[in-house]
Amino acid sequence: MSNHLNIIVEFKGGMELLFDNVTKKELSLPVNSGEDGSAPVEWTIKDLINHLKEKHLKERPELFVNDDSIRPGVLILVNDVDWEILGENEYKLADGDKVLFISTLHGG
Amino acid sequence: MPLNCARCKAARAILKRPKTRDALCKECFFHCFENEIHNTIVEGNLFKPGDKVAIGASGGKDSTVLAYIMKLLNERHNYRLNLVLLSIDEGITGYRDDSLETVKQNQKDYALPLTILSYKDLYGWSMDDIVRQIGKKNNCTFCGVFRRQALDRGAIKLGCNLIVTGHNADDIAETILMNVLRGDIARLKRCTAIKTGSGDNPEENVVPRCKPFKYTYEKEIVMYAYFKKLHYFSTECIYAPNAYRGHVRSYLKDLESIRSSAILDIIHSGEVLAVDEGIKLPVLGACERCSYISSQRICKACVMLEGLSKGLPKLGIVKSSKVKMIKREAITDGKKCDEKCCSFTCKSETDNKTNCKS
Repeated sequence: MSNHLNIIVEFKGGMELLFDNVTKKELSLPVNSGEDGSAPVEWTIKDLINHLKEKHLKERPELFVNDDSIRPGVLILVNDVDWEILGENEYKLADGDKVLFISTLHGG
Repeated sequence: MPLNCARCKAARAILKRPKTRDALCKECFFHCFENEIHNTIVEGNLFKPGDKVAIGASGGKDSTVLAYIMKLLNERHNYRLNLVLLSIDEGITGYRDDSLETVKQNQKDYALPLTILSYKDLYGWSMDDIVRQIGKKNNCTFCGVFRRQALDRGAIKLGCNLIVTGHNADDIAETILMNVLRGDIARLKRCTAIKTGSGDNPEENVVPRCKPFKYTYEKEIVMYAYFKKLHYFSTECIYAPNAYRGHVRSYLKDLESIRSSAILDIIHSGEVLAVDEGIKLPVLGACERCSYISSQRICKACVMLEGLSKGLPKLGIVKSSKVKMIKREAITDGKKCDEKCCSFTCKSETDNKTNCKS
């Protein structure tokens, strides 16, 4: 039984500028396997957003999060599907998921 | 729990449309997106066969998708348009030089001729030069005024009779809100028009412009670019990291997340807004120096250029009524514009946000 959730996170549309210009990250998120009570049992997108904000975001968090959720104007796709049809914040991440953040707030 | 497409009922849905809240599959989304723009073009009577159309191309998401869609629809529906790409190089090192590479890629990918015109060639000043002279405070005002004219001049040079720009529904709703907040009734009346510079005043010395994306949501433009794998350049201008219509944009995005029809609702409100008969609106004429369209005797760009060359850069930024005062002070003091002028710059803050949208 694996006690890590492995996912891929990608940033596009200017979102990468807030993450040190990194466009792709492979994350291994700790999952509670019974012995370690500190890790969450499961990860939702909301948890991932918080985790990215706390651990990976390099500058201007206000361009990424707003009142504990994603800033309006940032699009999220999970495995190339709009998170708006997947339950948004409450979507439960599965092993191998690819989560893409695209900013629409950056100009040309 | 995969959700099926609301239109074809067969394929898996990949996006929720902000306009209708329908969940669509990729193919149905492409179909609706392209068809709605075609309908906007037909209903708005935007083109006629034989038009030579300059596509204002910045390398950003909107103009990249616009170039792609214009070429696609022109061929699919036989508009018989002669399409060309027109880019303006403001002369901002590390910003525009990168995005121009994207435009050059568009030129190759879509096989459309490209012309790049620089501020330096047109006005004798690049934005880097201007910032060196005036600092980073009001440079967006210069950039916005110069860009508007530059597209016209470029289109005339290329023999184009029409310019299309990538302004989308979100941009237009933002402009409406900003004009409401500033009480600018003249602009409020003009900014909702899908086509400007034609019909009302044939003597206007400008090339007519239109906005095929007037009813197209930004979210869908970005999603379309993503699923079609269209490459665009996205960054913030190095001179204006936070000036991109900041607060109004956030406010609008908040509204959209509560009720996504808000963007189209605001556009509709702007369209039906009527100005009372008795209200005096500025009359547009031609600039005495460059004959570009202007509501003043001398257009804003010429005033700004005069200011730059005389070392009085505030000339183009403050209200025209204050210009005489600055000139008088400059003469009596026998020196360049100093701190005294700076108390008049309050208007420039809003101008920053108006103009800094390519």
